[in-house]
Amino acid sequence: MEWIQQLVNGISLGSIYALIALGYTMVYGIIKLINFAHGEVFMIGAFIGFYAIGGWGLSFVPALLLAMAVCAIIGVVIERVAYKRLRNATRIAALITAIGVSLFIQYGVIYIRGAQPEAYPNVLPSKTFEIFGVNISSQSLLILSVSIILMIILQFIVHRTKMGKAMRAVSFDAEAARLMGINVDRTISFTFAIGSALAGAAGVIFGTYYTKIDPLMGVIPGLKAFVAAVLGGIGIIPGAMVGGLVLGVVETVVSAFGYSLWRDAAAFIILILILIFKPSGLFGKNTREKV
Amino acid sequence: MKKAKGFWLSIILSLVVYGVVQFLINSGSLNPFYANTLIFIAINIILAVSLHLVIGITGQFSIGHAGFLAVGAYISAICTMKLEFPFIAALIVGGVVAAVAGLMVGIPSLRLKGDYLAIATLGFAEIIRIVFLNIDYVGGAAGMQVSHLTDWTYAFICLLITILVIVNFTNSRHGRACIAIRENEIAADAMGINTTYYKVAAFALGSFFAGIAGGLYAHNFYIIQPTNFGFLKSFDILIFVVLGGLGSLSGAVISAILLTIVSTFLQDYPETRMIIYSLVLVIVMLYRPQGLMGTKEITDYFGKWTNAKGGNSYGK
Repeated sequence: MEWIQQLVNGISLGSIYALIALGYTMVYGIIKLINFAHGEVFMIGAFIGFYAIGGWGLSFVPALLLAMAVCAIIGVVIERVAYKRLRNATRIAALITAIGVSLFIQYGVIYIRGAQPEAYPNVLPSKTFEIFGVNISSQSLLILSVSIILMIILQFIVHRTKMGKAMRAVSFDAEAARLMGINVDRTISFTFAIGSALAGAAGVIFGTYYTKIDPLMGVIPGLKAFVAAVLGGIGIIPGAMVGGLVLGVVETVVSAFGYSLWRDAAAFIILILILIFKPSGLFGKNTREKV
Repeated sequence: MKKAKGFWLSIILSLVVYGVVQFLINSGSLNPFYANTLIFIAINIILAVSLHLVIGITGQFSIGHAGFLAVGAYISAICTMKLEFPFIAALIVGGVVAAVAGLMVGIPSLRLKGDYLAIATLGFAEIIRIVFLNIDYVGGAAGMQVSHLTDWTYAFICLLITILVIVNFTNSRHGRACIAIRENEIAADAMGINTTYYKVAAFALGSFFAGIAGGLYAHNFYIIQPTNFGFLKSFDILIFVVLGGLGSLSGAVISAILLTIVSTFLQDYPETRMIIYSLVLVIVMLYRPQGLMGTKEITDYFGKWTNAKGGNSYGK
């Protein structure tokens, strides 16, 4: 029974990774950029949730929506200010800019409010349900349901709306999409907005679940979410969800075996194994290189 | 002839610089703070130049250089503190083990390109750090006590050897092969260059010198901890190379000197330092993506010594 307990914990953690990984994978799919600043958007989301709940006394759902909205704006601003000029630059220049933006946000936040961690206010009722002898806290249940709802909304946007169609078209071939009259710049900004909103939501969820946040909290979950995105096949939306869940479960299992200090290494070992044996990811197709 | 003349000229120049600094340290007119800054500059130049070989010359985007620095630092510290080796032997052992680590990381990951390679090297560096974090023999998270052995002479000799080897490597047949890989890997392959061999060789050589720098680094402080070798350290090294210009050795040297001086003066304001760093990085990438020097060397501006990219640009 304890194993099912661990599995539930793993899925809760994995759904947070999956929410962050979705932003990575959508941005990578559309402009082929690893948005290193994504983990920092996640951190900002957690802080906005913290101030909204602790400072203004909002409840969980309004705080979540507020964090998502502000993060969406921040994501668009980052894209407009830093990445837009780099559309035609080398990949290395884009990657370094992304790292620079990420550091700028981290240390900007430290500069403004200091590096001390904060304890997240308790907003969710903490009850435990017993289902088939397994204790499941209401928190992890709520986290899971919020994540699933967000992912369903995302699927709806990408597959059923006009903007989603434009996003898929731009990620398939930006030039052809432009010729078909799609506003490519706006589509890219929209992608950043959605991805950042999901990261912001993940930040609030992370805060309520783990109850401790600090300005450098985005680095490790950001990297791991990237691992999840690569695991599922970068650029593929269902892949990011599955990758996130797998990674969460693997990490929890490694901790459960008593190797909790090796938890972070497990994620990177998975990354390297995937990159070496199937770089296109679990759901990806192999592409042939043309000269 | 001209080439050899430039070479000896630069060796003599650098030895003069060395002698002057050593004299100033011995006579006490250079206070220990500045002497230590000079040693730190030398270590950073070694790191910058070793990463320059991987990124600037071979074009393989590695952002996990701190991992090899950590290997060199820990191995050489074990050699001096636990096995009681002399310092020089410890440095060499640290470098060799780091080169072996470079081979182990490079052979699987150099099949990847661009972003994926960057992430894989980042992952390997994190794994190396976590491994040291979990080994109790080297103190785990608390770190390891190391005695202070690095002085200006050691730092300078290592710096001189690093720059000589990397300049000569770059100007040799192997270096040209690496540059060909940087320019276009598929075309280089088609011209009969064994791309995997050269990529791995450059990577291992870069790791070797990072390991040497690690040995100097470990013995310049009194303690080493796994947190010293995280992603930020890799990033610090990367910024030297990128800011100086990808493909320019003297650019890497100049930016290592400048940034080390700047960060020494901003030591008391770490947040401000990181904000300035990251802003500089983003602005340089947006407005001058080729870096300060591009692929030019400082000697190119003098015309006369075009081929002698020797040792006249360090120790400033």
